[in-house]
Amino acid sequence: MGQGAGMIEARGLTKRYGATLAVDELSFAVQPGVVTGFLGPNGSGKSTTMRMIMGQDRPDAGQATIGGRPYASLRWPLREVGAVLDAKAFHPGRSARAHLTALAASNAIPRRRVGEVLAEVGLTSVASRRAGTFSLGMAQRLGIAAALLGEPPVLLLDEPVNGLDPDGVRWIRNLLRSLAASGATVLVSSHLISEMALTAERLLVIGRGRLLADTTVTELTARGHSLEDAFFALTEGSVQYR
Amino acid sequence: MSFGNVLAMEWIKLRSLRSMTWVLAAGMLATAALGLVAGFNTRSVTSDPTSNVLAGVILGQVVMGVLGVLCVTSEYSSGLIRVTLAAVPRRPLVLAAKACTFGALALVASEIATFAAFLGGIALLRSSVPHPALSDPTVLRAVALTGVYLALVALMGVGVGILVRHSAAAVAIVIGGLFVLPLIIGPLSHPTGRFMPELIVGNSLAAVKPVSGFGWSPWLELAITALYPAVLLTAGCIRLTRTDA
Repeated sequence: MGQGAGMIEARGLTKRYGATLAVDELSFAVQPGVVTGFLGPNGSGKSTTMRMIMGQDRPDAGQATIGGRPYASLRWPLREVGAVLDAKAFHPGRSARAHLTALAASNAIPRRRVGEVLAEVGLTSVASRRAGTFSLGMAQRLGIAAALLGEPPVLLLDEPVNGLDPDGVRWIRNLLRSLAASGATVLVSSHLISEMALTAERLLVIGRGRLLADTTVTELTARGHSLEDAFFALTEGSVQYR
Repeated sequence: MSFGNVLAMEWIKLRSLRSMTWVLAAGMLATAALGLVAGFNTRSVTSDPTSNVLAGVILGQVVMGVLGVLCVTSEYSSGLIRVTLAAVPRRPLVLAAKACTFGALALVASEIATFAAFLGGIALLRSSVPHPALSDPTVLRAVALTGVYLALVALMGVGVGILVRHSAAAVAIVIGGLFVLPLIIGPLSHPTGRFMPELIVGNSLAAVKPVSGFGWSPWLELAITALYPAVLLTAGCIRLTRTDA
């Protein structure tokens, strides 16, 4: 692997929606080997940033790269980056197996991976059911199965624990930590401070589209009484909807 | 990544939706059934029985257009489009693969439906009416081109779907443009009416006996009809590549 392999980088990333500045000259680097939490209040620009990293939304300025290259120029994107941007992003009439088989075909991923990821996320027994009948927890698992399909060294997850039961939350936490431990780059966004405290090692905190802190959970907690206090101290003045 | 990979993805998506199979089959059945009814009801000796038994295309085009719309807009309503574009970031490839796979499926289904309509409808013709046969090149052309017309309407649906992104709005535009507009413009302005796809199919593509006002070759009329999906898909491709997903 070349220099900066697996690293997610944003340089001066900016996105405007009309008069609203959603992301404001955001620069950061996400390193392999640790879970990096992407923390910020609702509407702080987390999802927009992730969509720009994925090449879904075009930045008004700046650029985002993965392993030094823009997402759109990756040869086999699903084998290089796994992402869950939206839990229910599948056709409700299609089975989980068909959904994954179609994705595997697009990136020449061997068919057997479909069965493997279904087993890994615990959906084997419902793989032939219409995915529209899935609970939110099962939908999240299907999203994660799709992300793991190409065994990518980089993972991006937008609010993966939303709507999950405690069991599911712990499952995702352990999965992300073990992936990072085996060398993957893991960027996971959340507005749940307590969950980030348990899952992430590094933290990117943003508010109103600006980077407020690029730190570790340990450092941030040492500053205040708790991670929550430290978070509120940081994001004070940048919360739009309260 | 090759175009073949993207075609494989879109083909798996198409054939894994039960609703797609059922609606397509229902559309074919309606097209053929209307042909039987029209054949049975053809009494005039001077009429064009081929054109009559292909009348089911008026129903078939609604089904094809709507399915074309839905195979795109369902990705937007579910959010699947973001997953699709994450798998294939070269967006024109996605649209091309959708148009190729659904266009090919629609063409095969449409040809089966129009030939079934013709054979069934002719079998029910009264003995007093002249019986056209597929061995007549003009008749064969009429039946085959009517099937091609339905596939072109399917592609118009794909084009409107990618431009509009919302199911209800896109369906309204396809049905309005195809079905309602000719009803209003046809009688009002004959020069404009001759460029309406629905009037082209009825008066030229499916016709064996020439209809006044439609003196051009059916092949030229087919090319005019093909301009609609070509323009819509080109505009849709520009929208897909230039705007956020």
